[in-house]
Amino acid sequence: MKCEELLAMLNEYVDGTVDPSVCMEYEKHMAGCDPCKVVVDNIRKTIVLYKEGKPYELPLTFRNRLHETLRQKWPKSGPGS
Amino acid sequence: MSNDIKNASCRDVSDGELVQRSQGGELAAFEELAFRHEEKVYSLAMRMLRHEQDAEDVTQQSFLNAMENLQNFRGDSSFSTWICRIAIHGALKLIRKRKSRSMVSLDEAAGEEGDHGTIPHPEYIADWRESPEVLVHRNEIQKLLEDALSGLDEKHRMVFLLRDVEGFSVKETAELLGLTETNVKVRLLRARLQLREVLTRTLGDPDTRVVRHHKHAR
Ligand SMILES: [Zn+2]
Repeated sequence: MKCEELLAMLNEYVDGTVDPSVCMEYEKHMAGCDPCKVVVDNIRKTIVLYKEGKPYELPLTFRNRLHETLRQKWPKSGPGS
Repeated sequence: MSNDIKNASCRDVSDGELVQRSQGGELAAFEELAFRHEEKVYSLAMRMLRHEQDAEDVTQQSFLNAMENLQNFRGDSSFSTWICRIAIHGALKLIRKRKSRSMVSLDEAAGEEGDHGTIPHPEYIADWRESPEVLVHRNEIQKLLEDALSGLDEKHRMVFLLRDVEGFSVKETAELLGLTETNVKVRLLRARLQLREVLTRTLGDPDTRVVRHHKHAR
């Protein structure tokens, strides 16, 4: 496997949807190719960072307004009725 | 997440039970659901729309939609997934509205990438100095992440957000965005590579930087 081919199948490898036989080739390549190994590792970490990140705080004034609206719009006889 | 709800009896309850109690007409239960998920919905909307007022509008509209359709929620997915889906549809609607004003389609250039577009090569390759678990708690890292995300084309950003951040499958992402699965995959790869490149330039340890030896690699 060449670096190019590895790059083309990066999604499948990172997502764990790659065919087992291809997966073995993939790992064999990475064992002998530092750049590819590091790129895969970087990408995994990139995804984790975005997944775990808490990017924005809810503005307090908006939270209050939102709940005020929810209370106003809540149907007296129950939702969806 | 702050939780200043008066009705303490809601606090230790699962989302599923809160949904049932909301369906039974208990406003406090629905408010608790909002407290639990409003920040996540807002963040998702902010990441999609990059605009505070629009993100607030979409967040509020999402919870109002959820309120209206509460009886239809059968619990096939979690409340969190359900409310995020509503928010995604709301945000996409707004984006399409913006687009129609500027006469550009959301699927613009969809054909040009196709299957065969060249994949950008990673350039700055280095191990990160710290683990994501450590990095994620730093404010300046959150800023770096959002700046990098803003640097993506919208079409790449959407796919990355839905697939990698929200965890929708390739198929679901394709359905939500009205794209083919192939297109989703191509866009996802580009998004991942571009974000990796930008983040590694800041987070990578220059001492571990490696350079591709094209002679051996090809
Ligand atoms: Zn390689």
